Amino acid sequence: MNPDQPVALITGAGRGIGKALALAFADAGHAVAVNYGRSAEAAAEVVGSIVASGGVARAFGADVADPAQVDRLFSDVLAWSDQRLDVLVNNAGITRDALALRLSNEAWDEVLDTNLKGAFLCARSAIKPMMKRRSGCIMNMSSVVGLDGQAGQANYAASKAGLVGLTMALAKELGSRNIRVNAIAPGFIVSDMTETLDQAVRDALLQRLPLSRFGEPAEVADLCVFLATRAPYVTGQVIRVDGGLHL
Amino acid sequence: MSETGTVSGQELFERIRAIVVEKLGVTADVVTLEASFQEDLGADSLDTVELVMAVEEAFDLQIPDEAAEGLTTVAAVVSYVEANKA
Repeated sequence: MNPDQPVALITGAGRGIGKALALAFADAGHAVAVNYGRSAEAAAEVVGSIVASGGVARAFGADVADPAQVDRLFSDVLAWSDQRLDVLVNNAGITRDALALRLSNEAWDEVLDTNLKGAFLCARSAIKPMMKRRSGCIMNMSSVVGLDGQAGQANYAASKAGLVGLTMALAKELGSRNIRVNAIAPGFIVSDMTETLDQAVRDALLQRLPLSRFGEPAEVADLCVFLATRAPYVTGQVIRVDGGLHL
Repeated sequence: MSETGTVSGQELFERIRAIVVEKLGVTADVVTLEASFQEDLGADSLDTVELVMAVEEAFDLQIPDEAAEGLTTVAAVVSYVEANKA
């Protein structure tokens, strides 16, 4: 690999916003480590399309909820990148929706383990290579649900709110090493998750949205590229990408 | 300076001093055995963590957190490495 090329690791990069992130960072000149949990074929396609357009990428399978797998993920990625890591996007996330009365212990743990603990494990492993180079950008994919709440998503909302606290703590802890940490809070973005909403819910949502449409994954990804490459004085922020949903 | 009396002790001190110089951006002459990282050499808490990581890497050691907390001076690091190196 070219030692001057910046390196980005995107977790959960096989589909949805993660896929858009991988493509956008590749487009911006980064070598991209495409992490996937279960979507091996989708991740291979993302890598294929980056390589086909002249970029550098490789797929790395790992369940971010598992500390041993995260250790292996980072040792593999850093061996591939010759110990360089400029950008980490903690994007891997799952939902196990249920009303709180019916929300099982397992559904709580699974969502918190992947969405929140997974982000911490990856951030902890990313700090060392970033500290060595006195430079780095970590972004945590939160959600408007983590800021505003959502009936039926107590576990998901708690995990996404937890990412905001994680973001702030890391931003304070690592600022002196020029490592910036921010959270992104997407609203309704066109993805497999929003495709499953029924028509009545979709219509009601669109009525509430000042921009009158759902967002595109690329619109989230472009903001992340901007934060990583053009915003050296921005840290400890939660940035909504929600079409004005909160207004 | 009894801890650096032997040749290997002196060598160890030199290697650790080089790590401290690099990590804390200080000159070698202020890195004495008695020097405290935080009080004398201007390290913050993150610096000391980095220092411990660098020592672990240089000497192929795993320093447990409880031991790392006690490594507040150059002398403490030299004796720890001396006692624990492979």
